[in-house]
Order: sequence, then C-alpha cells, then structure tokens
Amino acid sequence: MKKVLLLAVFALASAVTYAGGYRVSLQGNKALAMGHTGVAVVNSSESVFFNPAALVYLEDKFSISAGVHGVFSNIAYQDTETGANARTDSPVGTPLYLYASYQATDWLAFGLGVYTPYGSSVEYEDDWAGSHLVNNIDLQAIYIQPTVSFKINDKLSFGGGPIYVTGSVNFNRNLNRTLTDLDGNRSNVTIDASGVSNWGWVASAMVNLTDDLHIGATYRSEIILDAEDGTAEFENIPNSPLTPFENTSIKASLPMPAEMTVGMSYDFCESWTFAFDYNRTFWDVYNSLDIDFANEAIPDSKNARNYKNASIYRFGMQYDATKMFTLRAGYYFDESPVREGYFAPETPRNDSNNFTAGLTVNLGEHLQIDASFLYSHFKEVDASYNYYFENGVAVPFKGTYKTNAFVPGLGLTYKL
Amino acid sequence: MKNILKYTFAVLAVGFVSCEPEFDSPVTDDGFYSSGTANLSKYVSVGNSLTAGYADGALYITGQENSYPNIMAEQFMFAGGGEFSQPLMNDNMGGLLLGGTQITENRFVLAVDANGNPGPVRLEGTPTTDISNKLSGSFNNMGVPGAKSFHLVAPGYGNVAGVPTGAANPYFARFASSENATVIGDAVAQNPTFFSLWIGNNDILSYATSGGAGVDQTGNFDPSTYGGNDITDPNVFASVYSQQVDALTASGAKGVLVNIPEVTSIPYFTTVPTNAIPLDATTAAQLNAQFAAYNTQILPGLAALGVITPEEAALRMINFSAGQNFPIMTDDDLTDLTTILQGAPFSLPPQLAALLGQLRQVKSDDLIVLIASSELGTTPDPNNPQGVIGITIPLRDGLVLSTTEQARITAASTAYNATIQALAGAKGLAFVDAKAALARVANGGVVYDGGVLTSQFVTGGAFSLDGVHPTPRGYAYTANLIIQAINDTYDATIPMVHIGNYATITVTNN
Repeated sequence: MKKVLLLAVFALASAVTYAGGYRVSLQGNKALAMGHTGVAVVNSSESVFFNPAALVYLEDKFSISAGVHGVFSNIAYQDTETGANARTDSPVGTPLYLYASYQATDWLAFGLGVYTPYGSSVEYEDDWAGSHLVNNIDLQAIYIQPTVSFKINDKLSFGGGPIYVTGSVNFNRNLNRTLTDLDGNRSNVTIDASGVSNWGWVASAMVNLTDDLHIGATYRSEIILDAEDGTAEFENIPNSPLTPFENTSIKASLPMPAEMTVGMSYDFCESWTFAFDYNRTFWDVYNSLDIDFANEAIPDSKNARNYKNASIYRFGMQYDATKMFTLRAGYYFDESPVREGYFAPETPRNDSNNFTAGLTVNLGEHLQIDASFLYSHFKEVDASYNYYFENGVAVPFKGTYKTNAFVPGLGLTYKL
Repeated sequence: MKNILKYTFAVLAVGFVSCEPEFDSPVTDDGFYSSGTANLSKYVSVGNSLTAGYADGALYITGQENSYPNIMAEQFMFAGGGEFSQPLMNDNMGGLLLGGTQITENRFVLAVDANGNPGPVRLEGTPTTDISNKLSGSFNNMGVPGAKSFHLVAPGYGNVAGVPTGAANPYFARFASSENATVIGDAVAQNPTFFSLWIGNNDILSYATSGGAGVDQTGNFDPSTYGGNDITDPNVFASVYSQQVDALTASGAKGVLVNIPEVTSIPYFTTVPTNAIPLDATTAAQLNAQFAAYNTQILPGLAALGVITPEEAALRMINFSAGQNFPIMTDDDLTDLTTILQGAPFSLPPQLAALLGQLRQVKSDDLIVLIASSELGTTPDPNNPQGVIGITIPLRDGLVLSTTEQARITAASTAYNATIQALAGAKGLAFVDAKAALARVANGGVVYDGGVLTSQFVTGGAFSLDGVHPTPRGYAYTANLIIQAINDTYDATIPMVHIGNYATITVTNN
C-alpha cells in the first residue's frame, strides 16, 4: 500500500504545475480523514455530497451528520529584489456541513445536504506590496441539495438532485500602486455582493462489483453566480474630475466550476477499507474576473485568470479498530488550476500535498463523534501575475509564496 | 457540544497561529541582506530641499515620507539599519507660519479648471506648521530646504529670530538644537555610523531659477557678502564641503556623496519652448517693418562706432516670420544702449531707447523658465491690446536663462563636482553621479516597471509640480542610485525599491 502511494506521489510530483483555486474540499469529517475520498464509500449520510447513489445502500433508516472545520490558513510572501514581505492574517474559516438521509423503501432513499464547497478568506495587511491586486477577499457559497437515491439492483444504483446555491463576495483592493488622497491614504475599492443565487444539479451512480469492491462516479454541474446588483464603494479618492470614482453598482460573474469524480473502494481483511477518488474540476470556465461598473465614467475592471482544468488524486484508508473506534488516514495531491504567469495573490495556491487523519468514536448505537485533521503542504514557489496593467503597460507582480493550512474538524453523526 | 467546539477551536487556534509558513531563506533574517563593510545602524542624511523631501514648491508630510533618505532608511532596515526620524511638518498643505503669519506658500496640486484643463495651482487653506513651535530631539534627516553649501557650517542658521531678515532658515529653525547650532554640528552630534551628503545644488540653482538675476561670485571668497541668487565661488564651496566631509567622517563613519545635476535636466527650464510666439504673416511683416531701421541702420552703426561688437550687433537683430517666433527679451549681459540711443546721431525718444537698451530676441539655446508661461503672450495693460509680452513688451531678464548665464552655472557646477568626486575618492566614500543619472531621465528617460521615467513636466513622472524637485517616484529613483553606489563601494547587498510603487503628482481640486 505504502509503495503504491509513494509511486503515485512521485508520478504526480513530476507533473510540474501551479495549483489552487477557491475550492474548499471539506465536505465531511469521515471522508476528509480518508483524504476526502468517498465517491465509492458507503458509510454515512456524507454520501449526499460524495455520491447520492450510495445513500440507498446505507443500513440505517435515518442518518444525520453535521460538522464543522476550522481552517487555519497562512500565506507568506516575499520579494527578494526589494525585501518587500507580507503575511496574511486571515480569519479562521469555519465551513459547515449538514447531511440527512432517509431510507424510504428497500430501493429508494431521500437525502438533504447543506455544504460549502467553494469559498475563500484571505486577508493581507492593507497597502501591502500586492495591495493593487488584493487587500482582502471573503467569498462564500452555500449549496443546498435535496437528493434522491434509488437502486436498480444490489449491483447498481443511481442518485442525484437539484442544487440551490446562494453566495456572497466581499473584495477590497487598492485602485493602483500609487493613487492616494491629499493626505497619502491609498485609494481603494470594496466590491460587495451578497444573496447571489443560482441553480445546478448533481447526478451519480454506484456499481458494486462484489460485496467488497465498489465503484462510484459523481458529476456536479457548473454554477455561475451572476451578481446583478452588487456595490462598489470607493474610499480615499482625490477630489478631482481626473479621478471620477464614485460609489456605484456593479455586475460580476463568479463561476463555481463543475466537478467530476470517479473512484473505487475496497474492503479487505474484514475491518479495513481502502478508497481512491479522482477529481477533475473544470476550472477553464474561470477565464477572467470582470467587474462592470454601472457608472460609465469608471472603466470596467478586467482581471485575467485563465484557469485550466485540474485534477486531484485522493487515497484513503479506514480501520475499524474496536467496536468503539474507527481510525482513518489519507493523502491527496491537489493540482493547481493556475497557469504560470497568472499567480494572483487572492488565491495563491500552487500544487499541494495533503495529509489527513481522523477517527470516529461510537457512543452507543446511535451517536458517533467524528474528528479529522488535515495538513496542506505547499512548496515554496516563485511566481508572478503578469496581467495587471497601468496605462497599458503590463506590471508583473512577482515574488515567492509559501502557504500552509491546518484544518481540524469535528462532527456528529446520529443514526436510527 | 457548542462549548466543546468552542474550546477545541480555542486551543487549536493558539496552536496553529504559531505554525506560520517559513521560507527557506526569509528576507527578514539577519544576514539575508548585508551592509558589507558599512554600518547602517545610525544613518544621518545632510543636505538641502532634495534631502528633506521637498516637492511641489513646499515641504509636507507625504513628501517627507518619500524623501530619498527615508526610502533608503527603510531599505537599510533589511541590512542592520536603525530607526530614521524626520522633522515632519504638521500637515500636507506645506506652507510655513511664523507667529501665525504665513511666510511660505502652500504646495502645488494638479487641479482641473472650469474649462476642463488640468494645471498646477497652489493648494488653498491655512497651513498649521508654525516655525516658532520648536521640535524636540534630534532628527536623522538633516535636509534643510534652501540651504547652500556654506549655510551648513553657519552658526545661527537655525535661529528663529533671524528668519524675518533672511539671516536664518525657517526649516532649520524648527529643529536646530540651539540658536547658534550649525546643520553639520547637529548632524555630527548624532554620532552617525553612516551619512549621505548632497549639498551645493542651491549654490547655482537660485541663480538659475531667478533667470540669472544674481551675481556670479566666483573670485569673492566671503559668502557673508553674497545675495540669495548668487553663484557661490567654487573655492568657497570646496572649503566648506571638505570641512563638512571631515566632520562627518571624523569618527570613522562611512558615507555617500552626491554630485550636482545640470539645470538643463529639470523641467523648470525645459518646459516653455523658446519659440512660443505664434504669428501670422501680416503681423510678422508689420513687426519687422517697425524694427527695420533698428536692424539695418542703428545696429550696424553702433558696431561701426565700436560701441558694440559685430557679434553683439548680430545677436541683437530682431526678426519675425509667419509661424512660431522667439519672443523679445531684456538681457542684462548686453551693452546698455539706453543713453547712447538718446544721443546723436540716433536721437531716439527715451521710452524707445529704454526698450531697445538691452533688447534681443530669445535664442534657441536660451532657457525660458517655467513661470514665464503665465506671462508670455499676455497683455498686462488691458487698455493696450498691442502691449503683448514677448512681442512688443520684452520678457523680463529674470524669466530667461541666457547661454552666458548657463555657462557661468556650468563652470561653477563643474568645479563643485570635481571637488565632490575628488573627496569621495580621497576618503573612500561612495559617490553618486546624479548629474549623469538625471541627464538620462531628461534625454529619453529611464525604463521602470510600468513605464518610462522622464523629465516631462506633469506627465513624465520624475518631477513634481514646481518643476525643480522630484516626485516620490523621482526620489525613489534617486534612492536606488545611492543604494547602488553604496552596494558597489561597501560590498553591500541592500535591496532597491520598485520605483513604480511610488506616486508622482497629486491631483486635487481646491
């Protein structure tokens, strides 16, 4: 097993890419502890997210899982040319999830999920070296997904449902590298949009090749959040007709990319499970972040992103140690969708190696406590964003980034 | 459950805050950057308005924050540099008060007029920096706007009582350690381990900006007899300059010396074209007719009589043509013919004789100063539409820097620069050729991350709205030059700045 893992890691490490995005893979403590695998795991109502088709195979009549993760993420930046350096002081993110499943008949189950697969919270010190690109950003998207799951037979089931998304974004940056008011306060803009909603869908299938070997596939559709009446608030603007920045409304689109997952799980030696998931996130929809100001005097803001589709390779193990404890561990390699030259500091993620562990404590027949821990390791990377322009001249923002994240999580499962 | 969660996260929060990502070699580590053989722990900068961070015709806080010594000191922090204090003004207006009365003007800002045209105007409002409020303590930045080389060693230059008579400097009066203090004395008293000295600009600049209204004092070794717009004698400069360098290096401090740029590199002298007068063919012919007798009879006659040389006669010819024309001007370096022209055989009326007395047309290698733009082509007497400055009324001598005057400036500054470079060599100090660096900005410009830095007025990025002093970006360029020289001389690796991160002019409407 260890060998397989190592091989896989080496094979992937040679594919040099930059990584990132604002995907937050924290959709269940049990799954996260196993490297966030789950498309082929029949385990708990977390399947509402990972594979709705699996719900119909759950043994419990009713199951509910809820939990929270604490995201402690840090970004350090430095430019050896000038000595400029910065560290984020981002607030602790607390993405939540809630899943419920109900076994209606032998062949039909219903489920409901509330989860937050996309989001970002990054806060640099105001007026830092890259403040013309971002001072701070807070992006949230809540997915609400009613689900149906039905089996054709013991070998094959399907599942799916509509997804309602409501999102919000708050983004602040300086207008450029130098503009200030008379007293030297940097001119900046805050973009705010909330209650932006849209619909999408999820569909999945599960195949049980044997009692121990499962294969699953889940597709979650792309959902574009179109903010029609966001606001732009300008601050510290000089009193001059040459700087006509007045508060106005904005239009902007932020895509939540589609994601395809296929994977397998294998139960062996009675109390062991191995799982592998492959995610493909269709980031190529995120081509440019454009902000259209209603006030025509203010030029629209175009920010090239040019993301590419990216893959994640996930491996997980589960061991039912005792009646009371189930132990889990996992690893995943997260490939960045960011192309070279597009490394923007609002989501400065390169490829990451992620290590997970966790356990479930069975408190009687009905109640479980699920705990998990994730450590995301990013290599130090020299990168630049080359698509910021001043007066038509490209001004690359270069530097070295080092990022990490620690994510403890805690959840409860109640089942009947 | 909620409490368990809360406490768990509280404990974890404490744990993970300390898990900051660490670079393999952080720029903030001691030793990442090196000061080489220099010790930057106590840096003191000595100089004039350029060192103070003066810009837009005034000294104000944001300008001071972007002074080249302050930019350098921030970069020095990476290589063992210490705190750097400046005698900050009280506001961003820039004007000075003395006992509540305003004695210097507020800064310029770029304002848009009623017709939508942007241009420099003085910022309106009452400034709050009163020089009778003495600042306490000493300041690393000893840049004193207006100071000439010999002022730095003059006791009493910071005595507020001497400000109204011009015997003392209002900026130094704010922070001089005593009434009899000298700038150089107060600098040395701080025991600097490192210094910069950039002085001598005003020894020629006030002569230049006044259009040569002062006197070239070359040969006069007593600066106490000099007027404000005079050129300092090069020997006086050499004497006080070496005195200053000796004082600053007496305790073994290392440092950097900066030489004097040419005035032709700054927009104050290069913005107003010499042929700024547009004329149609009819007007030009009319004007030429009026000067026909002067050109063809009077000037040759004077040359024949030996009153003026044939060269001067040629220089004084007045000729207009259709298109752009050189304005007429008064040049006090010409022979004054006022009296002669009133006598025989010319017998001109006194008024006309006075007009022609030191008259000539501006030549293409003269320099018209920036403030002439508000006079050139105007009619000062509303009742006389024919009285146009530059066409029928000569430009004041103070608005034109003639080639003769330029030659005096060049001679003096060449001598100063020889002294500066020789002393840097003799003392093993870093040397910055600001003259060459500024010439690069003026001739084609310097490419930076985001554009080209030029000396074009308002738009070039290097010069503030007074046309003489740099913008923050211009000062950042200067800071990089000096850091480069320090790195080269002292085997140091002090990081430079991206000058595109520094602002240029400030836009604001009153």
